[in-house]
Amino acid sequence: MSNVKSLRCRECGSEYPVEPQYVCDFCFGPLEVCYDYDAVARDISRERITKGPLTMWRYHDLLPVDAEMALDMQTGFTPLVRAKNLGRLLGLNNLYIKNDSVNPTFSFKDRVVSVASAKALEFEFDTLACASTGNLAGSVSAHGAKAGMNTMVFFPSDLERGKILGAGIYGATLVAVDGTYDQVNRLCSELADNHRWAFVNINMRPFYSEGSKTLAYEVAEQLGWRAPDAVVVPGASGSLFTKIWKGLNELKDLSLIETAHTKMHIAQAEGCSPIVTAYDEDTPHVRPVTPDTIAKSLAIGNPADGFYSIKTIENSGGSAVAAPEEEVVEGIQLLAETEGIFTETAGGVVISGLRKLAKSGKIQPDDLTVAYITGNGLKTQEVVEPVVDPVFTTPAYEDFMTNMAARKERNGASHG
Amino acid sequence: MVRVMARRRVRFTFPEQLITEPLIYNLGRKFEIVTNIRRANVQERVGWVVLELEGDEDEIERGLEWMIAAGVRVDPITGDLIEG
Ligand SMILES: Cc1ncc(COP(=O)(O)O)c(C=O)c1O
Ligand SMILES: [Zn+2]
Repeated sequence: MSNVKSLRCRECGSEYPVEPQYVCDFCFGPLEVCYDYDAVARDISRERITKGPLTMWRYHDLLPVDAEMALDMQTGFTPLVRAKNLGRLLGLNNLYIKNDSVNPTFSFKDRVVSVASAKALEFEFDTLACASTGNLAGSVSAHGAKAGMNTMVFFPSDLERGKILGAGIYGATLVAVDGTYDQVNRLCSELADNHRWAFVNINMRPFYSEGSKTLAYEVAEQLGWRAPDAVVVPGASGSLFTKIWKGLNELKDLSLIETAHTKMHIAQAEGCSPIVTAYDEDTPHVRPVTPDTIAKSLAIGNPADGFYSIKTIENSGGSAVAAPEEEVVEGIQLLAETEGIFTETAGGVVISGLRKLAKSGKIQPDDLTVAYITGNGLKTQEVVEPVVDPVFTTPAYEDFMTNMAARKERNGASHG
Repeated sequence: MVRVMARRRVRFTFPEQLITEPLIYNLGRKFEIVTNIRRANVQERVGWVVLELEGDEDEIERGLEWMIAAGVRVDPITGDLIEG
């Protein structure tokens, strides 16, 4: 049995039974899953977790799904890599990369969808749906296929071909909406109200977002059961960011780690940085913006968890940082060239943000720091195409030597 | 004519220059819409109100278009749903 007690409004505290409901009837605030932590504490231990599967489901005691019901695609328990090369460049002596780009559909979204789709099955929905710009669509489509559900993914029709393909291949119904993001939003919220479909990021959202906590649990376990001193997390709606903080605090409250002293830093791209703006202006009220950024996976202008993200920053002593648009690709290259990890634009934002935080001293050289890399570079190839430049040659030995020398000279000249 | 009564939950975000305008009051007067405020926050630079609108489906649409034309941002109460 799962340890979930109720759903609770994050604004007014009203409690609700565990049902596919996502807003409070009184104040229209968002609902959150509430656990019976005494029951969790009776069962959970480091040993029990260590004996579990090498996936996110080793933490099922803290997830809102019965273990037997889990829709398991072997998501999670992704590598935590010591990043000595990148660390040396940035002046950070204890830098780690949580490489979550190697999940079944190549982003951290498999964690949230894994929980949401299991819950949708439990609630006996036969249709799984989402509104997405790519990563979520791919994950929902794959999980829908595995679950044998009818799957519908909605996106604005000007989306990149690669992302449409990455969802369509799983047999989902692709709905390309001739309209702006706002209009897709509007359509999906109306559909969620009027059809019995499980929209993972609408009516399944309270359960869905819990999946992100496993990114905190794994890092703590992989560090030998302790919280990092600082983390850098990419932010769109702010859900991932706030849930990592929730996860760390749960581990502390259950005495699985000693302290949750982590400074939480959120990174956004400059062209869509409403949370950073609110942080800079020292207000918890996040003003919606119209996104204009290369980091499409982070292009949420009106972040649902913006307010809670600012609270997380305050409570943890962290900060919010904006990566300049022209440094996003640089961040991607930097990580690839130092650590051999190819991330998408969201990861470029994290690395560029990390560099700023290290420079400004908000992250100190000896801080045990974890940068969360949440998506795979193969999904946003367009943005890096201009920086990839092969040497062209005939198969003749002499030609190769000549062309190679020409390349060296050109590179030398550009560095001089 | 068949009247389709509807309820719509929305968030209005007011830019600085509109915070002091009685826009919600006018929305209820100009259109046949009942406005029911659930949560709000108004500060110097920005204000938002979460509310439920009740009325004829088309009338709500017209009312929301009027609010948008006045310079108010109208969003579903969930915030943006689109995810990367
Ligand atoms: C790769 C990647 N990283 C991070 C995020 C941020 O997620 P959140 O909306 O939880 O802030 C997203 C999602 O939209 C994403 O696609
Ligand atoms: Zn409430």
